Amino acid sequence: MEQCEAKCGTAEQEKALSALIEASRSTPGCLMHILQEAQGIYGYLPMSVQKKIAEGLGISLSEVYGVVTFYSQFSLKPKGKNRISVCLGTACYVKGSDKILEEVEKELGIKCGECTEDGLFSIDSCRCVGACGLAPVMMIGEEVYGRLTPDKVKGILDSYKEATK
Amino acid sequence: MANMINLKINNIPVSVPEGSTVLDAARKAGVVIPTLCYLKDVNCVGSCRMCLVEATGARGLVAACVYPAAEGMEVQTNTEKVRKSRRMTLELMLSKHKKECLACERAGNCELQRLSIEYNCDPNYFASDDTRHPIDVSAPYVVRDRDKCINCMRCVAACNKQAVGAIGAIGRGYNAHVGSAFEMDLMSSVCVGCGQCVVACPVGALKERTTVDEVWKAISDPSKKVVFFTAPSVRATLGEAFGLPVGTNVEGKMVAAIRRLGNVEVFNMDFTADLTIMEEAAELINRIQTGGTMPMFTSCCPGWVKFVEQKYPEMIPHLSTCKSPQEMFGGVLKTYYCEKHGIDPKDLYVVSVIPCTAKKYETTRPEMGGEVDTALTTRELARMIKTAGLDFNSLPEEAFDDPFAACSGGGTIFGASGGVMEAALRVAAKMLDGAFEVVDFKEVRGTQPIKEATYKVAGKEIKVAVASGLTNAKEIIEGIKNGTRHYDFVEIMACPGGCVNGGGQPTLPDSIRNSLDLKSLRAEALYKSDKKNTYRRSDETPVIKTIYDEYFGTPNSEKAHKVLHTHYHEDKRI
Repeated sequence: MEQCEAKCGTAEQEKALSALIEASRSTPGCLMHILQEAQGIYGYLPMSVQKKIAEGLGISLSEVYGVVTFYSQFSLKPKGKNRISVCLGTACYVKGSDKILEEVEKELGIKCGECTEDGLFSIDSCRCVGACGLAPVMMIGEEVYGRLTPDKVKGILDSYKEATK
Repeated sequence: MANMINLKINNIPVSVPEGSTVLDAARKAGVVIPTLCYLKDVNCVGSCRMCLVEATGARGLVAACVYPAAEGMEVQTNTEKVRKSRRMTLELMLSKHKKECLACERAGNCELQRLSIEYNCDPNYFASDDTRHPIDVSAPYVVRDRDKCINCMRCVAACNKQAVGAIGAIGRGYNAHVGSAFEMDLMSSVCVGCGQCVVACPVGALKERTTVDEVWKAISDPSKKVVFFTAPSVRATLGEAFGLPVGTNVEGKMVAAIRRLGNVEVFNMDFTADLTIMEEAAELINRIQTGGTMPMFTSCCPGWVKFVEQKYPEMIPHLSTCKSPQEMFGGVLKTYYCEKHGIDPKDLYVVSVIPCTAKKYETTRPEMGGEVDTALTTRELARMIKTAGLDFNSLPEEAFDDPFAACSGGGTIFGASGGVMEAALRVAAKMLDGAFEVVDFKEVRGTQPIKEATYKVAGKEIKVAVASGLTNAKEIIEGIKNGTRHYDFVEIMACPGGCVNGGGQPTLPDSIRNSLDLKSLRAEALYKSDKKNTYRRSDETPVIKTIYDEYFGTPNSEKAHKVLHTHYHEDKRI
């Protein structure tokens, strides 16, 4: 688990978080809003960020963590530069998208929900991107890749690796 | 008077004040509705679905513990539909529960087990989920077994009510469980060890980290001399573990029982409560006269001390440097007592019996030097008495062993919120004004969350406050910090009502906790004992006079500082 105990992110990010907490703390029920915005600032919600929110709102860390783990939209792990989202919705699933996900995991050496060590890729699954005609589908960033087969995965990922070289 | 509402529970007419729940009305009508997650004043969320009943005007079954009673309502608590629903609820809980009931220490005293029997449940009706998680044994005071947890959230509510929030609900749906943030273990979390979660738990998911086996081993070791001492409140609660009514003082039988565990001596911790008062009263007067950090906070509660170190380290200078009575006793035994009797301190095995889980942690604090070898909760002592085959209720009444037997009533009331304050005031007032004879300071007694009083002694006003429960302690601290509260002396006990309601006391089922005022009944036993005592002030007892004459000289002397005082460490945690 990403602990990131000492310091996470940049001074700008920390400043933005402080301003966010300051602006919202007096509004009852502001925790969800702050978490959403904080995830926007950091890309995920590491321990140091959650601690800062708990302290700022005068609530316990376990309460903050409870909310973060309740909603699947919140992430405890950093996301990659290229966010891969493999569709496991009904149409994609019957067309074998589980095999696509397996292949992506194998190719990158990480599990769904994780981020590669170099920060280049993270994998998530989603439920339907509205392109069922192209099933099975995955997205990388805003790009949609359809009619996938496991053997096409490596080439696609390689093109992203090339692009960053 | 509040408006009354008339309704019927199982056709029995009943009148309750507006705002009452169906559960309140049923109790008044003499009808028992089973509950699990409901704990009066602590957890009232209607989540476990055990208390479902049929009520006119409601869609489907409703949770009696939170459903408001209404005029003309007719409630049925024992229909086929209700019974089926409750049984299924229980069977679902049982499907995930680690069913180690044969040797679970809560067996026979487990609320889930009792209800499962009452509702004729099949524990294997739903396929068992045997996924197992490691038991959290990180803390020297409390052990948490997630696989026995039924997610009733009583522990979480108790922890939040303490303003600690070390545990919470994590995740959602089938994977929802209780734990600390980031799945931290208890020892790394903000837990202060008060154990209010343990006495709130209906099952065996939370219990003390037991050291009973170590004590038995020491008792059977011929090279060891074993001495026990019992905290003031244990005598007011131990009887509950043997079926006696809440509030029964079993001091004599308790002493007799411990004496029959083996070749041990049994001392009265009221003695070091008296000693604490001597040191603390002198420290208070010294702070007043020399302009020391004010207000002074009591330091006899290790849960409270840990709370200050972790949440308000900037307030550490306010804590009295006095060790707790438990650690003072350890110090006195390993120095004065050993010297007097020619015993090598390493051959003396010191067992304290305390109403507390945090005191188990306290024995492991490095600055305490391991002078108390181990601490047992009231529950553990009860278990040892049962293991020894003693019929507790037919034991004779026996007296504590000398040389620490004669203690004051001031020492005895340490076990109740306000007791330390009252005992300290008795002595401090006398120290400041030799003609001062008042011994009853009734303003600081009782179970109110915060008690305040001002006393005039030797021409000077002394403003005091007493709080129990850490939420109330937090309120006091915040008030002092923002300048809205001004005191000279503040007593804090971490557990609501003080040690009589400590996390190491016998676990009583919700049926008792929800209907009796445990705190008051148990405290009453101590105040009655105080009233009967020849010595009301700590400085009056022959034991205190002897130990200062023979050993410490005067309160706060250099020797006293070495043995009876300590220091604290900042350990800021979020």
